[in-house]
Amino acid sequence: MSTTKTATRLLGSALALMLAGPGTVLAGYDALNMHQTVTEVGREIYDLHMLILWIVTIVGIGVFAVIIYSLINHRKSKGATPASFHESTTVEVVWTTIPFVILVAIAVPATRTLMAIEDTSDADLTIKATGYQWKWEYEYLDDGISFFSKLDEASEKARQLGSGIDPRTVPNYLLDVDNPIVVPVNKKVRILTTAADVIHAWWVPELGVKRDAIPGFINESWFKAEKTGIYRGQCAELCGKDHGFMPIVVKVVAENEYRDWVAAKKSEAAAAAAAAAAAASQTFDMAKLMADGEKVYNQACAACHQANGQGVPGVFPPIAGSKIAMGDKAAHIDIVVNGKPGTAMQAFGPQLSAYDLAAVITYERNAFGNNTGDVVQPSEIQK
Amino acid sequence: MSEHEHHGPPKGITRWLFTTNHKDIGTLYLWFSFIMLLVGGAMAMVIRAELMFPGMQVVSPNFFNMMTTLHGLIMVFGAIMPATVGLANWLIPMMIGAPDMALPRMNNWSFWILPFAAILLVAPMFMGPDFMAGNGPAFGWTFYEPLSGQYQHLAFFIFAVHLLGLSSIMGSINIIATILNMRAPGMTLMKMPLFVWTWLITAFLLIAVMPVLAGAVTMMLTDKYFGTSFFDAAGGGDPVLFQHIFWFFGHPEVYIMILPAFGIISQIIPTFARKKLFGYSSMVYATAAIAFLSFIVWAHHMFTVGMPVAGELYFMYATVMIAVPTAVKVFNWTATMWKGAMTFETPMLWAVAFVFLFTIGGFTGLMLGVAPADFQYHDSYFVVAHFHYVLVTGALFAIIGGVYYWLPKWTGHMYNEKLAKLHFWLSVISVNVLFFPQHFLGLAGMPRRIPDYAIQFADWNFWSSIGGFVFGASQLLFLYIVIQTIRGGEKATDKVWEGAEGLEWEVPSPAPYHTFETAPVIK
Repeated sequence: MSTTKTATRLLGSALALMLAGPGTVLAGYDALNMHQTVTEVGREIYDLHMLILWIVTIVGIGVFAVIIYSLINHRKSKGATPASFHESTTVEVVWTTIPFVILVAIAVPATRTLMAIEDTSDADLTIKATGYQWKWEYEYLDDGISFFSKLDEASEKARQLGSGIDPRTVPNYLLDVDNPIVVPVNKKVRILTTAADVIHAWWVPELGVKRDAIPGFINESWFKAEKTGIYRGQCAELCGKDHGFMPIVVKVVAENEYRDWVAAKKSEAAAAAAAAAAAASQTFDMAKLMADGEKVYNQACAACHQANGQGVPGVFPPIAGSKIAMGDKAAHIDIVVNGKPGTAMQAFGPQLSAYDLAAVITYERNAFGNNTGDVVQPSEIQK
Repeated sequence: MSEHEHHGPPKGITRWLFTTNHKDIGTLYLWFSFIMLLVGGAMAMVIRAELMFPGMQVVSPNFFNMMTTLHGLIMVFGAIMPATVGLANWLIPMMIGAPDMALPRMNNWSFWILPFAAILLVAPMFMGPDFMAGNGPAFGWTFYEPLSGQYQHLAFFIFAVHLLGLSSIMGSINIIATILNMRAPGMTLMKMPLFVWTWLITAFLLIAVMPVLAGAVTMMLTDKYFGTSFFDAAGGGDPVLFQHIFWFFGHPEVYIMILPAFGIISQIIPTFARKKLFGYSSMVYATAAIAFLSFIVWAHHMFTVGMPVAGELYFMYATVMIAVPTAVKVFNWTATMWKGAMTFETPMLWAVAFVFLFTIGGFTGLMLGVAPADFQYHDSYFVVAHFHYVLVTGALFAIIGGVYYWLPKWTGHMYNEKLAKLHFWLSVISVNVLFFPQHFLGLAGMPRRIPDYAIQFADWNFWSSIGGFVFGASQLLFLYIVIQTIRGGEKATDKVWEGAEGLEWEVPSPAPYHTFETAPVIK
């Protein structure tokens, strides 16, 4: 199995690393410390982190040195006899005051940085990020663009239990998405976070931003990237089964590139809307609906209900033989369009076009041995 | 006086079911917590096995989430807390010269609730058609709403938490009643051993916060089953309210786990340094200060939820203040060792390791308390490393050290010193291989509670898993040593340790079934 191969390779490389010494571990190996960020606030956070790290390291070395000296010299086997002192108000006052003073010294820069983090005023661009189980929706409030962003297909395939695909062969494994967000460089970007179901958190370490996305509430945070590039992050709040599989990718580009991207996205959206509007009034045959329905099912439904429609017993209900998928059509349409509050079943009405909804519902009613023979047309979808 | 009391304990299972003897109940608590340590530890092994390599190899993501959830809950409520209550039961009456706990029948009940609570907690694991789907709770030990509200067997979980809370509250009432009413004549409060002091303060914390936890789960219950919307924004509620309530319980809870550990360390170090505890009264005040501060810092667990900046500043300032009394404690232990005449029997090894490693956990705690930096650390593996340093190399190390320290008193036999040292060295090395690299993982950006990770996190996860497996296996050696000591071994003296001081060392080893039926005289 690939696991054993990975194991041997890893053991080999680990041994090589150890032999080469810690120098190589540090060189080009960004796995020991907080990453340098590309925002001013991020740099302040990094500096603050290093400041406290040095303070605790120095205090630690001091205290541990005293203990180690004592452990070596004040032992019975060396003929030490116990001293009789056991209290001293002066000493207690001194070692209560010193930590207090150090804390004040830390609090001053910390307060400054915190105020900067929370100052979301005068943004050049506002993007609303909505967390779903398990993807992100982005809305560019100034430019009128919106889209969903989820784990890219290559990672999605490789991360399945026993997929047989070596994650090392997948570029940016688990840190790539189908639709990255694009922002201009050197502009203050305000991120509004919220969620549709449970709490998520939007975290991109190199932009120095982490903020919870809470259903029913909107949080604000911001960044101003000083360097173009691709910055990757992940959901940082446990949000259920696929919490580990909803990455965030931010492409920071030059202003003109950003404008081009916005224009392309807009015409793409207009074309899709026109196609959807045209499809909404048309009638389709079952074969086409089934074929397209399967595609929609696999990208929107299979994460929970599984590609074979069996669900996850006890956790996510099956579609195969389901009372809803084989019962009243209107009730089936309703649950897909409006979701089921209090469960992971989200409302797909706002996410999919009427045609896609009709196709996927047709598919669910006829695949997996459900065979109801029902065909759902886009005109039947009441959003 | 009836003849019965001069007999030994009754024979058979009824001895344990109906016992009102503080030593029996202490033993039950300790065995229960040991079993839970192994169960929770086995779950940790599953977690480390899945995380050993990138890619999914062992369990499904949902099963993984269930493992992290149950591991946390079982270790907190099943292993650490009952272990400290077990030590309290065994030791507090002996340390203050009381014949038993003040409320022996309630004592029996507060223990016997626990196994049922544990069963309710894990039973849903086995309630689905497919075990590997992960049918148990899978929403993290912090059970944040609204995610926990999606869980289909939520009522089991809520009932389990209620039972755990009942058990803790009854245990605490008992400990407070015992300490305040049953001290031998002359045992003034400021003469009590520090372990008794830390438990007295811990018991007050428990009584204060367990009802808050009960309130939180009751609101979850009515939200899920009776149509209320405490935590549902769509009905006018607030998911963040849940976090405020949870952490108002949760922050004192972490001190509930660590204060008795401070007490144990404060007993062990003076014994093996052959020198009185330095700054006894400042230790008492520091413990009380930590307990007080624990009530006013809760939202530092929630810096990223979007609090007003004034709130963030307040919680940052209040949180870093905890470093002061905590530092005082570490300095006092250091000063106790200073110019002592130390020997390093196994309990002392664990205590010294505690001082070093708990301090590291304290340092990272200070780092986490600084709000701007916490925006990067929060919910990353840095947090996982931090709380395992304070709870494993802190609380658990102190408990294991305490078990070695008092085991000869309980069993009448010395444990096997060679094996015990082997257990210590295996544990202390592997635990650092296990948890230290997790600091690096967190700083490099690995979120906690994920079953799979990007390739750059692979190397440290591999080493963390190796450390985890060795640490896990080492605890089986502990089990063997304890059983071996119960069965036989070199006869322990009454005093056991040359430098031991306190009433528990004045009774025979093993401690007779009933001690101090006549109150001792305290000079």
